[in-house]
Amino acid sequence: MTKLFEQARLLKPAAPATMLRAVWPLFAVIALAVVLQAVLKPWLETVSGGDFYAKVLLDIGINIILAVSLTIVNGFTGQFSIGHAAFMAVGGYTAAGIVYYGSMYFYGDAAPHAGALSTMIQDHHSGAIFTRGDGLYVISLIAGGIVAAICGLVVGLPSLRLRGDYLAIVTLGFGEILRVLIQQSADVSYDAAEIRAAPIVGLGQLFSQPRAEWQAPLWARLGGPLGFSGLPFYTSLFWVFIIVGITLLVAFRLKNSTFGRAFLSIREDETASEAMGVNTTRYKVWAFVIAAFFAGVAGALFAHTTGVQLSAQELGFQKSFDIIIMVVLGGMGSISGAAIAAAVVTILPELLRDPTRLVGWQPQIIGITLLAAAIAAVLRYKGRSAAFLWSIAFGGAGLCVLTWLGYGIVKLADATGHPLDIKLGDYRMIIFALSLILMMILRPQGLLGVREVWDKALWAKRAKQGGKP
Amino acid sequence: MDAVAVGSLYALIALGYTMVYGILKFINFAHSDIFVLGAWISFAAASATGWAAASNHPIGPAPWVWWVVILLSAAAVIATGVEFASASRAGRKFDIRYTRSAGVLTLMSVWAWAAIAMLFGAKVAHDHEGLHLLSGGLILLCAMLTCGLVSFTLERVAYKPLRKAPRLNVLITAIGVSLLLQNAGQLEHMFGTRPTRMPALLPDRVLASIGGGGAANTPSVEVHLVDVIGAGTALVLMLALDWLVFRTKMGRAMRAVSYNEKVAALMGIPVDRIISFTFVLGAMLAAAAGFLYAMKYPGLNQSAAPVWVLLGLKAFVAAVVGGIGNVRGAMLGGLLIGLIEFFGAKYLSTDFRDVYVFGLLIVVLLVRPSGILGKAVADKV
Repeated sequence: MTKLFEQARLLKPAAPATMLRAVWPLFAVIALAVVLQAVLKPWLETVSGGDFYAKVLLDIGINIILAVSLTIVNGFTGQFSIGHAAFMAVGGYTAAGIVYYGSMYFYGDAAPHAGALSTMIQDHHSGAIFTRGDGLYVISLIAGGIVAAICGLVVGLPSLRLRGDYLAIVTLGFGEILRVLIQQSADVSYDAAEIRAAPIVGLGQLFSQPRAEWQAPLWARLGGPLGFSGLPFYTSLFWVFIIVGITLLVAFRLKNSTFGRAFLSIREDETASEAMGVNTTRYKVWAFVIAAFFAGVAGALFAHTTGVQLSAQELGFQKSFDIIIMVVLGGMGSISGAAIAAAVVTILPELLRDPTRLVGWQPQIIGITLLAAAIAAVLRYKGRSAAFLWSIAFGGAGLCVLTWLGYGIVKLADATGHPLDIKLGDYRMIIFALSLILMMILRPQGLLGVREVWDKALWAKRAKQGGKP
Repeated sequence: MDAVAVGSLYALIALGYTMVYGILKFINFAHSDIFVLGAWISFAAASATGWAAASNHPIGPAPWVWWVVILLSAAAVIATGVEFASASRAGRKFDIRYTRSAGVLTLMSVWAWAAIAMLFGAKVAHDHEGLHLLSGGLILLCAMLTCGLVSFTLERVAYKPLRKAPRLNVLITAIGVSLLLQNAGQLEHMFGTRPTRMPALLPDRVLASIGGGGAANTPSVEVHLVDVIGAGTALVLMLALDWLVFRTKMGRAMRAVSYNEKVAALMGIPVDRIISFTFVLGAMLAAAAGFLYAMKYPGLNQSAAPVWVLLGLKAFVAAVVGGIGNVRGAMLGGLLIGLIEFFGAKYLSTDFRDVYVFGLLIVVLLVRPSGILGKAVADKV
């Protein structure tokens, strides 16, 4: 008996080995983020002569966090939430309040006091690596996530008893209510002295003072319908990609854990998994809370990005739809798929915004198309399937053809002396919508289906013709 | 009175949501855009018939509309010819109803010509003094026909290939269609991005003032003629729909498909045709709602404005509150939402009017998840 015990203990790896295995991806993520911030960002700036590319990369990162967190609810658990942007708004506003008013408290103004890790714009560099402003920012990220998670719990507990479409509608309703509430908040105060005098919680004055003397407490001064403006910009490639890494790690670990398997069982058949003893409501609420946490952090990152005016209107259901589009395009339940789709969905409208830029990007697009087609062709030759590569190649080729067709028509019109008065930028959302519909018809399971890029089953041998799939 | 007028419009839009959900079990997010399209088409039709005073639109439909309609008709003629030739070569009797494309294309082109005929009728009626109300009615019919046609096309092109796909995919497609309609509406060739003012096609005056004055100096409730006409039209349409769904053969087929699609197909019901019919019916009601809404609130926003989406969402909430999939429930829900929104705005606070609507939704869903008139459906294992 003792021998069996000994053997069992031998099977369990020692603590240092476990620690190392658990921790090294985290360090890899941090190293990667440092490289991005210290090497890639300056390089991108020299290449493009501005911070446009870095900004797009930043947006990609934030969208990856959102898409992967929504994958936990929509993809793993199979629940359908269309109020994800509301959690983003909660996190964003919480963090914005903390950073803005905290910064007013410490420095007396709301300009960024960033160290090297969190600068996007060169002239805000103050020399240090990590400043007090950065500390405030990190705290605000975590606080944004936690407040959003609490909101997720509050929304999830009553509504996750519902199923399917009804759940979707309730999440939508909560999101809209939240938007209206935020829009009714008081204006932001720009006066440091007034902010220091204002109550932080301010519930006491409701009882102690007459109504005319009530002051809006700080937590209720969030900018109202016009949005929260004047926020310091702290979000940099470093912070975004650290969070991206953590989100991905959590999602992967979750997918392969007992917890995650409970999620997956709910997705496959809720009634059956309940019969097998899975407490479905509990796991659904957990999935909801985890997803809300990361959405909140993403909102906090989003709030402190350059060129962003934090407003509740912008984080309405249309933003939620954007996130769902990413999840579905990537394939429901595929983390890597969601991340790839988030990148594509972020880049595509930017590319289509300016057709001349699209023409300039031809070599890259053609390159990616040919590469995908070549790999897919080789795999096809070896008798393996790579349908998602084909769809990438197909999309790239479509983009090329469209570009050259449009370019040709415009040139032809110029040549015949009737220049077309068409701004191609106007059509970008139409092209985007059309490609969405086409994708759903031609490849309904999304880019990767439920697989990950490195899943062997994705590259498995093709089924024999005529065989059952 | 506002509450009843707007509530009946919500009910009209909600009917489209609920019918489509009843049959296909998916939320047609593009439905609110059909509503917007209805409002804008009635504007375009009104300016094309010379209603709008300072209109930069030429009289008559835009040139590209002619091209589309003519090409459609040509395609219909060619398809009919091809089908007829192949039928006679194979020795079959030619019946246009059982052709693959000719029937659909012919239907569409006849439909489009009918819409244009309505437009010219409206123009003639506009030029004669006493016939203005008739002109308004014809513009309404024109908008309804056009929206029906658009919805028919969308259903055939975007939704039909996805009949067997997971519901989420259909939903994403609906969002895609919605994006498409919103952004296509913003193009300069369509309606542009500037908000415009709808001309008053219906006569408006205060019919009666109820209450008011007195010690508390409360404002009186004014009954406007336009509200009465709007609510009346909506009511007539709803009664007609109720008759159609519960008293005719078509309605029985619709209910059968909604109850069980496979069995309905086995019973010889042409399921695809019924689904298309449902979409067209919903779109026509939404277009009517768009027209009436534009009569009541003449400021027309651009087609992607958040105001429109919110209106559509509220109509959807009405459908859910009444019990989604239930036609009479949608009517009830629409009126209820209208009443709650306007009474809340009047007596509590205007700022939170959206909160009342969505709050009602959440309360109803938590207390009675299948809606007021809906039936609870148990999961089968």
